[in-house]
Amino acid sequence: MTHKPLLHRLMASDKASRWLFIVMFALGILVPFLNLVMPPDSFLHVPTYMVTLIGKYLCFAMLALALDLIWGYCGILSLGHGAFFALGGYAMGMYLMRQIGDRGVYGNPVLPDFMVFLNWQELPWYWYGFDNFAFAMLMVLLAPGILAFVFGWLAFRSRVTGVYLSIITQALTYALMLAFFRNDMGFGGNNGLTDFKDILGFDLQSDMTRNVLFVLTLLFLAGSYLLCYYITRSKAGRVLVSIRDAESRTRFIGYRVEHYKLFVFVVSALIAGIAGALYVPQIGIINPSEFNPLNSIEIVIWVAIGGRGTLYGAILGAVLVNYAKTTFTSGIFAEYWLFLLGALFVITTIYLPRGVIGILDGYLSRRKPSSTAIVTGSPAGGEVKS
Amino acid sequence: MKTTIKLLRAIVKILLTISVALSLNKVWAEDFASLTQQLATSAYTEKSRIIDKLQSLNDERALLVLKALLDGNLSVNKSDKSVVIGKDSPEGIETTHAVTGEVMGVVNSRALEKVRINNTVRGKLRTVIASLQLSAKNHQLRLQSARDLIKSPDESLRDLIAAAHEGETMPSVKAEMALALAMVDVQSADDGLRNQAITTLSSSYSSEAVAILERLSEKNPDGTYREASAEIAKLAEAGLGKVQDRIGVMGFFENLFFGISLGSVLLLAAIGLAITFGVMGVINMAHGEMIMLGAYTTFAIQQLFPNWIEASIIIAIPMAFLVSGGVGVIIERTVIRHLYGRPLETLLATFGISLFLQQLVRTYNSNNVPVITPDWMSGFYQINGALSLTYNRMYIILFSLLVLGLLALLLRKTLLGLQMRAVTQNRAMANSMGIKSSWVDALTFGLGSGIAGMAGVALSQITNVGPNMGQGFIIDSFMVVVFGGVGNLLGTFFAAMGLGVVNKFLEPYSGAVLGKIFVLVFIILFIQWRPRGLFALKGRFVTD
Repeated sequence: MTHKPLLHRLMASDKASRWLFIVMFALGILVPFLNLVMPPDSFLHVPTYMVTLIGKYLCFAMLALALDLIWGYCGILSLGHGAFFALGGYAMGMYLMRQIGDRGVYGNPVLPDFMVFLNWQELPWYWYGFDNFAFAMLMVLLAPGILAFVFGWLAFRSRVTGVYLSIITQALTYALMLAFFRNDMGFGGNNGLTDFKDILGFDLQSDMTRNVLFVLTLLFLAGSYLLCYYITRSKAGRVLVSIRDAESRTRFIGYRVEHYKLFVFVVSALIAGIAGALYVPQIGIINPSEFNPLNSIEIVIWVAIGGRGTLYGAILGAVLVNYAKTTFTSGIFAEYWLFLLGALFVITTIYLPRGVIGILDGYLSRRKPSSTAIVTGSPAGGEVKS
Repeated sequence: MKTTIKLLRAIVKILLTISVALSLNKVWAEDFASLTQQLATSAYTEKSRIIDKLQSLNDERALLVLKALLDGNLSVNKSDKSVVIGKDSPEGIETTHAVTGEVMGVVNSRALEKVRINNTVRGKLRTVIASLQLSAKNHQLRLQSARDLIKSPDESLRDLIAAAHEGETMPSVKAEMALALAMVDVQSADDGLRNQAITTLSSSYSSEAVAILERLSEKNPDGTYREASAEIAKLAEAGLGKVQDRIGVMGFFENLFFGISLGSVLLLAAIGLAITFGVMGVINMAHGEMIMLGAYTTFAIQQLFPNWIEASIIIAIPMAFLVSGGVGVIIERTVIRHLYGRPLETLLATFGISLFLQQLVRTYNSNNVPVITPDWMSGFYQINGALSLTYNRMYIILFSLLVLGLLALLLRKTLLGLQMRAVTQNRAMANSMGIKSSWVDALTFGLGSGIAGMAGVALSQITNVGPNMGQGFIIDSFMVVVFGGVGNLLGTFFAAMGLGVVNKFLEPYSGAVLGKIFVLVFIILFIQWRPRGLFALKGRFVTD
């Protein structure tokens, strides 16, 4: 079985993943078709804002996936994953900002509007190169990647674990939020980067570009899923799970725990960064509130509600919670959204340690033993210790 | 006979004169009430004379009337011709009777006729007011007038100041008067006087002295002094250096004070967290909301007993302890109990609770609520011209130390404290010794939350009280606890004070936000070096 290609293996053996890929494939075909080909007055027509909205959910799903990789499989609860997402987003935002060129309000060909507004004379050095798409994309990976590498290297080497790690990741994103709120940083202060016009010459407002971005997001989500699937099912993945369940024991057996943790942390940050980069052109703005610790902790609840340590659970959780958020915050229930979110935190942690997937699994396993149970064990149960 | 008649006539004449004089006195009675009335209605030329008379009355009310006249606040009520002192308020003009001091209510400005004065009267008023103030019985008034004169020196008042300085017995007031005198003398033509004045100015802390000395020691582009007398200029320059050094030292102490006061705020916020985290290993993300509940308790008490504002804080402290502590025990019994041994899950659940509590308060009132500061907590204690300490911050420092001390006593001297420490060090062993660790947990959580509530009372005096106030403290509190070492009160104390002081000393160089970022980065790096904080608990811990 190990000789077959990964995708084939996955489709053959893992029922949940199979369903996930079927749904994603269907979405990738149907949504653009219903948006672009169906006439606007048809009841089957999917409006463009809906395409963007689903695209946003998919970006969040990627982010949740990234967190599940480290939390569900390695026990690293990062309360600062929003920082990597936002850094990827800022790298993309800087590219889009440079693309505006002289079409800004002030018409300056080089400087973005907010710099003209602040009376800056020339582009700061760290903005150089962002007019080049390839460079910007490299930065989408490098900025979160390097931060995760340095931070992880420092933290894991000195064996900062459990709640301590959670708290300093939270401090990290908080510090970054404060920093990006400063006008002197050169990232647009609290307004952030916005007013984007086009990407690689394609108009960001056009339906076609939006659908392409949507499909790209799906592809990247599928790719990230495969990557995570591969990592967690590999031998290294087994080591990660053993680190989650008994870190010292794994170390005593002879594994370099720090290296495994660092590796998976950086991979996770990269996925989060790409998610951010896909998020920004679709939403049209990136500002420092993305660094808000509250956002990062919300990611954790997506994963927890979906069911940690399953990968597809994270995706399901992100979509479910964000769908609920959209529904609740726009209607008469807006006031109750935070009550609901708060209750979700409490109820999932106490009564649904394995999330929605746990319920589904329990329901299915009554009829037939689950095939995924071997690898995931009891991920969210009582085994994780600080 | 003739002489008798003469005598009688003389007597009658005298009697007549006396009676005329008496009756005249009745018309032109020179008591405070009538003088005030005359002051308001007489012509400009008359006014100076009446002001003199008011001065000689030696009546403290005269000062208020004269000040009101100078500031244009003295008016005649058109309806009953009474003289009133007005004060602007949003509804109109708040009036008090000039003679009786009785509050007359708020009136429209059109109901009043302002008493007008010209420049001669204005000059006269300044002199008289200064003289009255400088010779007032109340030393606060004398001090205030000396400070006013330092701010706006007036040459015409020199003799007055000199006389007051001569007669002053209180050292602190005398020093201020000397400074006021020097501020005038330094402008005079007499070089001897100026010399002396500069010496006085050089030994002060006042920013006005700095301004004058700076002007005197200004240089032309070619390096010569702009001041005519080079000697004076040199003296001023040397004096300037001295004053600036001294103000710099005071600036240091001021930063230290602010740092310690910020540190005690952090300490208050973090101390409860240190307990719950240290004893139970529970990350209570709803800790900030416990602080918020305490602050709202203060607000509620002030609303319930509007007449007891002065005592409200004192009443609020135990009440806040009970409210937040009670909520804490409820949270522990309903939620946290189910999550022991799973710290990360506890973190999430308590975060949910924090969202819930925030929204609960927001539904009640989404804006900040006004918490009143009692009089005994407002104001400041002025040490010298460059350093003054606000009372509310001093009380908070004292309060935080008191809370820390009481908590230390509780932990060291009571049975509950003993049991808590036992559970912290080894839960399993404590259990097997017969300690009901679940009970200890509930009480500990209640205690930690209750302390957060008391912190909320103190914080309601220095920050805005609103639904989001807890969030502002939670990350800082965690930093303090982690930095100090979990489960160690002394560590928490040093961490809070250290971070507070470092933050305040960084601020002037980097700005408040950047300073905070530096501190956060510093802690992140520090954790790498000592993952268990400054004062790690000693002992053996089995993780897995």
